[in-house]
Amino acid sequence: MIEVQGLTKTYGTGEGATSVLRDVSFSVAAGEIFAVVGPSGAGKSTLAQCLNLLERPTSGTVVINGQDLTALPESQLRAARRRIGTVFQASSLLRRRTAAENVALPLEYLGVTKAETRARVLELLDRVGLSDKAAHYPHQLSGGQRQRVGIARALALRPKVLLSDEATSGLDPDATAQYLDLLRDVRDELNLAVVLITHEMDTIVRVADSAARLDHGVLAEQGRLVGLLTDPDSVLGEALRASGPAAAAPPGQATVRLTYDTGVPPDWLGRLTIETGAAVALLAASVQAVDGIPVGTVTVGVDDADLQRVLEAALALGLRRQGGIREAVPA
Amino acid sequence: MSLFASGITVPASEIPDLLLPALRDTVIMVGVVMAVVLVIGVPLGALVYNLAPGGLLAKPALHQPLTWFISIGRSLPFLVLMTAIIPFTRLLTGTNIGIAAAVVPMSIAGIAFFARIVENSLRSLPPEVVTVAKASGGSNAQIIWGAQVPEALPNIVGGLTINTIAMIEYSTIAGTIGAGGLGYVAVTYGYQRFDHGVMIATIVVLVIVVTAIQLLGDALVRHLTPGQTVLRKAHA
Repeated sequence: MIEVQGLTKTYGTGEGATSVLRDVSFSVAAGEIFAVVGPSGAGKSTLAQCLNLLERPTSGTVVINGQDLTALPESQLRAARRRIGTVFQASSLLRRRTAAENVALPLEYLGVTKAETRARVLELLDRVGLSDKAAHYPHQLSGGQRQRVGIARALALRPKVLLSDEATSGLDPDATAQYLDLLRDVRDELNLAVVLITHEMDTIVRVADSAARLDHGVLAEQGRLVGLLTDPDSVLGEALRASGPAAAAPPGQATVRLTYDTGVPPDWLGRLTIETGAAVALLAASVQAVDGIPVGTVTVGVDDADLQRVLEAALALGLRRQGGIREAVPA
Repeated sequence: MSLFASGITVPASEIPDLLLPALRDTVIMVGVVMAVVLVIGVPLGALVYNLAPGGLLAKPALHQPLTWFISIGRSLPFLVLMTAIIPFTRLLTGTNIGIAAAVVPMSIAGIAFFARIVENSLRSLPPEVVTVAKASGGSNAQIIWGAQVPEALPNIVGGLTINTIAMIEYSTIAGTIGAGGLGYVAVTYGYQRFDHGVMIATIVVLVIVVTAIQLLGDALVRHLTPGQTVLRKAHA
């Protein structure tokens, strides 16, 4: 597992100093995928560089399996970096090395024998489904294949923590989905703690167990994904919910937004109509499975006269109201 | 035909006897110089690049004198450099004429030239090369020799071609102080005796040699760049 405590990174000193990260703390258990999102400039790449120790944090600690890596002297940092595998953006394979030679890089640097390296590389390429591409150069691989080579390279030294640093940016949706599926599979197999740094919300809903939002160098909120998605006050939850614009309510109907998860029966809409006898118009809806749990956000239109009764019945079924009620347009 | 006594002009049949030993001398001179340039220039270029601010070994205190030293070697015209370091050359080789004496100033000029070429080749690498090598647990030496230099190899070899051709040019300048080789022949027969036959023959040999080196260098760069040979096949 990886525990980050009070991580701060400041560039420069005195008046010209700028804090890129301020007191960032989180922990990722073995077998957990933790996503960090944020707009560009929020400090995501600095966070990534502090986690794989390419940059030293100004203060704070990065602890992996009980060892504080930030306390190590420069000479031991190199060995410490081997405990975190990093998948970078798509352009990060060495162009003059084949797929197999790229995967072999960390093993070569460690001084593993040629025979052992060959065996391990074949095993890794096989695991990411690219054994037939071992002799291909990066320019002969698709973006998705290059990222799978990147995963194989990151796993070469059997790290306990995997860092995915904007690894899906620039990939098409199919390749992104394949990458994420592979990430989840290796997480399950190797019981890895995965830190997924990204700006793509779809990515998170697909694989993350928990997520955090980085805003101007501060972790503004973090939590389990299901919690965030159903929390009406969560900015991250709001961004994660697939929310297209709702259809316009018919005249005379007020609109209200409701969210729900596990406790609510899937046929709640039918029950609501039967119980209250009111006509409930569905204006926008999104239901997705997060970790196997259905999470829904809906916007419904109800006649002004029925509104109070419908809301009470909905709350009784376990749904939550999100935001205010939009007044009906007069008929 | 020469304006002077016809006896001075070398007959066409004897030109090969004059040019072939001269060509051999030029090849030896440039060959020795390029060997020295490669052995010293590549590490020096890599060192200068990585000692600079932002480099792997960032040490401005070392980078400054080193880059100044290279700049001085680069800024002096070869004729001036060659003359200026005669005492140093004599110290090393015991003489200030001939092939041995020419190799010293040519190597110094060549090393300075090539160090800049290597530095420039490394500078044009994407920054990911170092990031990935570092994250893979590479030491500084492993990153330089196992990632930077191999990735920049096509550019370095392209620069090596330019450098070799420049050294042929320098060898002809060195020829004027008695280093032998094609430059010596061109000056003594072409310039001092107005022997047009020898002059033209020398030019032809030089053009052939330079073209051959360029073609060889280009082929090598293509061979070293993944995708280049494939692309050419696809177009053929």
